Amino acid sequence: MVCKKNEAKVHLTQVLEGTLKKVDLCEECAKAKGVDDPMGFSLADLLMGLGASQELGHGAGAKEAACPACGFTQADFKKTGRLGCPECYQHFSDGLEALLKGMHKGPRHTGKTPHEPRHGAPAGQRIQALQKELDAAIAVENYEEAARLRDEIKSLRAGAAKPDPATP
Amino acid sequence: MNLHQFLRPAAEVARISGPQDQIVMSSRVRLARNLVQTPFPGWAKKPDRLKVCSRIREAVEALSQMAEGFHASMEEFSALDKQVLVERHLISREHAAKSSGSGLVVSRDEVLSVMINEEDHLRMQALLPGLQLNRAWQAIDAVDTALESALDYAFSPQLGYLTACPTNVGTGIRVSAMLHLPALVLGEQINQIIQAVNKLGLAVRGLYGEGTEALGNVFQISNQMTLGDSEEEIVERLNKVVAQVIEHETDARGLLLEKKPKSVFNHVGRAYGILANAHSVSSKEAINLLSLFRLGIDLGLFADTPRGLTDELFLLVQPAHLQLTARDKLSAEQRDFHRADLVRGRLEAVPRPRPPAAGGAGTLDKPA
Ligand SMILES: [Zn+2]
Ligand SMILES: [Zn+2]
Repeated sequence: MVCKKNEAKVHLTQVLEGTLKKVDLCEECAKAKGVDDPMGFSLADLLMGLGASQELGHGAGAKEAACPACGFTQADFKKTGRLGCPECYQHFSDGLEALLKGMHKGPRHTGKTPHEPRHGAPAGQRIQALQKELDAAIAVENYEEAARLRDEIKSLRAGAAKPDPATP
Repeated sequence: MNLHQFLRPAAEVARISGPQDQIVMSSRVRLARNLVQTPFPGWAKKPDRLKVCSRIREAVEALSQMAEGFHASMEEFSALDKQVLVERHLISREHAAKSSGSGLVVSRDEVLSVMINEEDHLRMQALLPGLQLNRAWQAIDAVDTALESALDYAFSPQLGYLTACPTNVGTGIRVSAMLHLPALVLGEQINQIIQAVNKLGLAVRGLYGEGTEALGNVFQISNQMTLGDSEEEIVERLNKVVAQVIEHETDARGLLLEKKPKSVFNHVGRAYGILANAHSVSSKEAINLLSLFRLGIDLGLFADTPRGLTDELFLLVQPAHLQLTARDKLSAEQRDFHRADLVRGRLEAVPRPRPPAAGGAGTLDKPA
């Protein structure tokens, strides 16, 4: 990674297998890695270059199959470090799981959701939304998810006694 | 209206103050969003990109926040215009390389800007002076919520907002603060600070983002992980870390004045000497010297000089802004002459630095 020949001029931080590492590169190495353009370079490119992209192939059959929605392949991902379309996340999900685990805090989104009342919204609306998700989870026999949703609804009901004044 | 009629003059931008702006130059929150069932910009064919661009532009321009805003397709900009936008932090360098099929919408106050078909279909940001991460998040959150009713976002309950690059998936948020940390650099404590911040899962970058060494002692601290924490948790973590870094920088300034006053006065005095007298100066040198000039103002060595002057010059000495102040196209050598002339002229009104009187020394309060 680092040639240790020249003075390191480019310093960057990367997440690798869940831990953060600092990389120091000389100008030549930085150019070779394509990180000489400060804004054009993305952390992802380096991550992909470090073998992470191979993980996309772990899914059974994913190696050959292109994304049915956009025709994107694993080879394209290896080249660009970007995916082709939103559906690619579903199609390459087996391989992406390990990759995402290595670069993020947790496996599950816990933030904003489109069209969903925010934290400030009355618990009733939020419970309704969760109930719908719960029904859907049960319909597809995703019991793990269903159990999680049930717990969340339960804890919301427990806290619903005090109404939240901030209605959007 | 063209871009230059729209953008506020550098002096005006530099005059706007914000909380803690002695150390925090700006706060920014950016969200990445994509449309459902639509290839990401980097993979889409040109006709698709054009269609997506006009659809998103229509939705963004209709926002109440964008009333009297500026909007354009990227091919309408000259190379110089694009560089000006980069120097104002209104677009990324990646977006500056885009042409037809990509667009830009900026709000009248230049706080909000939306890049269309950058790496993602939408990259929207709120940029505020000083430390205002919460306000920046609230402002861009409101834009995002308003857009939800006009655009169908690609979203998965498990993975959140789906982005072209897996490093942005989830919240799609990047929260960042730009800090001026000359005393931590002079006191050689900066590497320790960077390491500590890195350990918390945050990235530290130089003035122009990833991969650069800090120019002008300006560092950008931002989150890297976007999946697993909520937006509020990420903003809160940044707030905490930035508050600590401010404290360290403030302490380092106090310590420098107390233990090595001669060294500080020497650095600031030499910086002033060159800025006020040089006839050729590169943009890198100018920015590094302006950083010391700014520190001198903060430490009370230039009693009646407002900090806004350094912030204005920070912007004006950069290549595109400098070119704008010249009548003819400048060569690299002419740029260095012109830059020196500009700075020298502006420093004519600034009296030479004087160590603050005993007792007044080390006052870190903003001049009223
Ligand atoms: Zn090297
Ligand atoms: Zn796809």
